[in-house]
Amino acid sequence: MIAEIGLVALWLAAALAALQFIGALAGVRNGEADLAALVRPAASLQAALCGIAFVALLWVFAITDLSVKLVASNSHSLKPMIFKLSGAWGNHEGSMLLWITVMAVAGGAIALLERRLPEKTMLATLGSQAFVGLGFYAFLLLSSNPFERLAETPVEGNGLNPLLQDVGLAFHPPTLYIGYVGLSVAFSFAVGALLTRQVTPEFAKVMRPWVLGSWIFLTIGITAGSYWAYYELGWGGWWFWDPVENASLMPWLAATALLHSASVLAARDALRTWTIMLGVIAFSMSMLGTFLVRSGILTSVHAFAVDPERGSFILGLLVLYIGGALAVFALRAGTVSEGKRFALLSREGALVVNNIALSAILGIVLLGTLYPLLTEAFDVRVSVGPPYFNPVGAIFFLPMLLVLIVGPLLRWRSDKAARIKLPVLIALAAGLAVLVLAALLSEITILPLLGLALSIAVGIASFMPLRGRSLRRLPLAVWGMVFAHLGVAVALFGMSADSAFQQERLVAIAIGDVTQVGPWQARLNSVTPVAGPNWTAMQANLTVQHGETGERAANPQSRSFWSPATETSEVALITRWNGQLYVAVGNQAADGRWQLRLWWKPFVTWIWYGGLIIAFGGTLALIGRLTTDLRRRAAVRKGAERRVDAAELQA
Amino acid sequence: MMQVRWGLWIIIGIAAGLFGLFAYQLSQPKVEFVQSAMVGQMMPAFDLPPASGSRPGLSSADLADGTPKLLNVFASWCIPCASEAPQLEALERAGARIVAVAIRDRPEDVDRFLSIYGNPFTRIGRDDISEVQLSIGSSGVPETFVIDGQGRITHQHIGDIRPEHVADLLRELEEAGA
Repeated sequence: MIAEIGLVALWLAAALAALQFIGALAGVRNGEADLAALVRPAASLQAALCGIAFVALLWVFAITDLSVKLVASNSHSLKPMIFKLSGAWGNHEGSMLLWITVMAVAGGAIALLERRLPEKTMLATLGSQAFVGLGFYAFLLLSSNPFERLAETPVEGNGLNPLLQDVGLAFHPPTLYIGYVGLSVAFSFAVGALLTRQVTPEFAKVMRPWVLGSWIFLTIGITAGSYWAYYELGWGGWWFWDPVENASLMPWLAATALLHSASVLAARDALRTWTIMLGVIAFSMSMLGTFLVRSGILTSVHAFAVDPERGSFILGLLVLYIGGALAVFALRAGTVSEGKRFALLSREGALVVNNIALSAILGIVLLGTLYPLLTEAFDVRVSVGPPYFNPVGAIFFLPMLLVLIVGPLLRWRSDKAARIKLPVLIALAAGLAVLVLAALLSEITILPLLGLALSIAVGIASFMPLRGRSLRRLPLAVWGMVFAHLGVAVALFGMSADSAFQQERLVAIAIGDVTQVGPWQARLNSVTPVAGPNWTAMQANLTVQHGETGERAANPQSRSFWSPATETSEVALITRWNGQLYVAVGNQAADGRWQLRLWWKPFVTWIWYGGLIIAFGGTLALIGRLTTDLRRRAAVRKGAERRVDAAELQA
Repeated sequence: MMQVRWGLWIIIGIAAGLFGLFAYQLSQPKVEFVQSAMVGQMMPAFDLPPASGSRPGLSSADLADGTPKLLNVFASWCIPCASEAPQLEALERAGARIVAVAIRDRPEDVDRFLSIYGNPFTRIGRDDISEVQLSIGSSGVPETFVIDGQGRITHQHIGDIRPEHVADLLRELEEAGA
């Protein structure tokens, strides 16, 4: 019964999306007020119905209703409750329902709350939101119905991919999805503004919180995903330039660029077409990401999400939305003027450089990700990896960081170099000192060396905008920028330190033997079998010691899940403030010795701290923008009331 | 503005090209396996010690004795290798000469594996470091190669041999000159 309620709610929501689209179309094209009046209520009601459908799905997973096909094929009655619930979106159908629910809720929120833009632009925005939504409803209802029943109820479910039975991962896909969907809202705003030729600072202000919000979620999602790959895959790396990782990185790059260009548009009424273009590209990258992950068109460590037939459906949507948006853009862009001019040495100038660099990196990642697909068409199989991405990306990333040192200090419109000389010189001098020291004291390669130096320079420079300002009166948005830029420095420091100074040891040792890696000593005490709720494992019991400090236990496992049968590696991580010891256990060799892999990874954790600091900065900025909006809204309302009062007094 | 328009149409062109590429690739059958570049080449020279007490070892000279053979790359620790055992037996009954390389294995394990699943092999070489396996371009177990009488690789079968593959392999053997 619950499943049927969910399905009915979903169909009704789809019907409302159709109504919303038709209403908006009629309203924008023919000015039919009656139909147009239905658009906002339709959007709100649609959000409620999708919410009901999603709760229904959670419910059938919570009670393990095995007569529902999706539950039977993805869940298991013995699974812990948290993984039963996360199983609801840990599969294709459920994740698509989550996607559409988030999208509907976002649409509902706009419909209920957003009144700043001209009503026609809002109609066009909600109309494109509905148009995008309709495609996903069709996808969900016609080809991947999450509530489908089985004719015969099986005795037990099929379980969940054990790689996905992990708390961090339970929340990784939804985090990314919220980010992707947030960009769909930015896309709708961009299309709405373009269709009604209202590319104004006001439009940028309305769109910005959505971009900021989805950017925060994408940042957290990528950070969490990187940490997951690091400890779950057991290879000791934190970024593999895997197609699926790139699929989440590309929207992030586009959203980062969009965020900065929307700021220019909001503050200075410049970069109009560019902002619209980025809005289209950011959502295109989300769709492309979803397509690459779901279609299995590229070989990846994330092969569990693959289905080529669904790939065709998403490709269809991709062509429809992105092709459509680009065509509208090409036809309309000529009628949108470029906006205000500015000097090269100005805040806008720096942000333009940032935008170009980010777009170039985006292009590089896109090319590297899709290149194997292109050569495969000519029967040449290649894989593109770090040797391409790292140096080619760095060509644009490192100069961008230099601009990041200067940009936040510059004034809008035009500025003088002499005014910002001192803070820039301080930051650059510190970076140079680190560069020289590191080059003299250790043998590290060029990229980590530059990374270390720049991370110090950017770290210092990130605080410079605070110079000479009252810290208590500083807007939250500026604090947000400071933290986000600091986070970039912290993450870059972690990346550079880890690639420059990490030490690896692959050994086969017997019980009782001692091995060393970097400043650590490790003794293998025993290897014991252990069992969990749905797995058994061989667990290596080690004692590890850093220098002269106390001994600590490390217990890496090689786990075998039995439903479905899969092996995974559970690594042991020993964290200190300045890095992590990473221990993975492999197979037993013929002579009874055990394979152990140990890494000492200096400052590796700073990568993810950096990611979290970036997200924190974004959150501060978002709160700052929203409170400013609310205050202004209250002021506008008060002003209106006062005018009404005054009018009544006069009358 | 004209220039901007040009740029836009280029972007649309690129997007259209990408969509076309995606559509093409989606319609292509997905090949998950890495085909060996050694097909059509001579076997590299090697000499492996026996992997089991019951059969002699395997060298490249044994593969150039004039009779075409199947070379089965297997391991006792590999589950699909066990599932293809009946098909190997069927091939042997049909007259195929089958030799094998056991990958990263111990003689006692190989003996136990053969005693359970049967031993259709005339020779079994012991490849503890995947030396021969890698040199003939095999990326996993099980794989089966067709070698003609001169020691040239004429065909590679990746994965376990299913019942429907038996006839194919016999035909490949025949084409190799059996």
